[in-house]
Amino acid sequence: MSDSGPPPRLSPRDFSVQPAALSPAYRSSRLRAPERKLVALPGQLGDLTGPAFGHDLPGAADHDLIHNFAAAGASALGPRIIVHGTLRDESGRPVPDALIEVWQANAGGRYRHKNDAYLAPLDPNFGGCGRVITGADGSYSFLTVVPGPYPWPNGGNDWRPAHIHFSVFGTAFAQRLITQMYFEGDPHIALCPIVNAIPDKGAIDRLTARLDMGRTVPMDMRAYRFDIVLRGPDATMFENGTGG
Amino acid sequence: MSDRLIESASQTAGPYVHIGCLPSWAGIDGIYPEDLGATIAGPGARGERITLKGRIFDGAGEPLRDSMVELWQADAAGLYQSPGEYRGAADPDFRGWGRAATDADTGLYRFDTILPGAVRSGGVTHAPHVALWIVARGINLGLHTRAYFAGLPENAADPVLTLPELAGRVDTLLAVRDGGTWTFDIHLQGGRETVFFDV
Repeated sequence: MSDSGPPPRLSPRDFSVQPAALSPAYRSSRLRAPERKLVALPGQLGDLTGPAFGHDLPGAADHDLIHNFAAAGASALGPRIIVHGTLRDESGRPVPDALIEVWQANAGGRYRHKNDAYLAPLDPNFGGCGRVITGADGSYSFLTVVPGPYPWPNGGNDWRPAHIHFSVFGTAFAQRLITQMYFEGDPHIALCPIVNAIPDKGAIDRLTARLDMGRTVPMDMRAYRFDIVLRGPDATMFENGTGG
Repeated sequence: MSDRLIESASQTAGPYVHIGCLPSWAGIDGIYPEDLGATIAGPGARGERITLKGRIFDGAGEPLRDSMVELWQADAAGLYQSPGEYRGAADPDFRGWGRAATDADTGLYRFDTILPGAVRSGGVTHAPHVALWIVARGINLGLHTRAYFAGLPENAADPVLTLPELAGRVDTLLAVRDGGTWTFDIHLQGGRETVFFDV
């Protein structure tokens, strides 16, 4: 229970930086995109609240995909990396105590999922999922291997860029976000119909993690930085002094 | 407000969302003790036990077999189990949040929960409802909808169900009762398209 009154309303979502429901080059969207306009329903208490997850949720190895599925003494195959960044809202404030879940293919582009029949082999020491809770400053990090690109049945010779899926919770159910992180310099990014469902080049750039030499561990692993932004409090309402 | 940041763009959860969000369902054991969101109502939770189930149909009438649905709802007294709840303390044995995959064969999703209470907030009473959030391959931005419970008297005055722009479409937001089980089918596209919200 909060002592501070109702949670603040969120800024209206800026759809100019979000992928349209229907992006025909991504064929799966054709039959799964609503045709009617979304009905605006801002500021409902149910959507401004959301579940909280404690710091005791993740186990000691949940953030370490290199080891969390590996046999004792073994580790996943592939280039070892730290992925780290900060979770903020649109007002720039860190989002602490938030659950971030990640999943990805192995270094060869193969997922540990019964529906993935790609001929690249599974890595017996790689599961492909991890989770972390953000710190007081909104920071997070996990350890993994660089996922491989993989082909997918989209009607042509389509290959996904190397990517890591992110599922992110804020404090409000309306902030719920699933996205994908790409890697700086990957030529597949510009070719991908899923990426290109996003109409805004800057928004694509912000999904592209940067090599971060400052956070590498010499003779051990490189690092990539990926910052995430969730919807934030409505600036107009704060300017009017009616933040609740 | 030039210093404002911009929300990160959404991307589809893809067909393998279960690896990250429901790994045991995906057959990946030994990393987490159990999949998150399996238990919405603990054994001591107050209220009427119900099952909410249904299928999600695409524009060709085929049920999705690779999607994930999350549920968020108030407890039997209409309170949310959330740091943002300011009106009182929610039932300590009720979590209010759940997560389910649609079945790989039947396409059915299923939540075992309790019938939520009406939510009284800001001088308005909202009829009992659950919020649902749907992600899947082919869905670029998660879809928000609500399941209300057909036949409850509170529905008649609900501020959402009575919105003028919902005229003729309210039925798409009503779960239908059969004993303790409520069925809520979702249609992503076409003549029976479910109402989705920009929340």
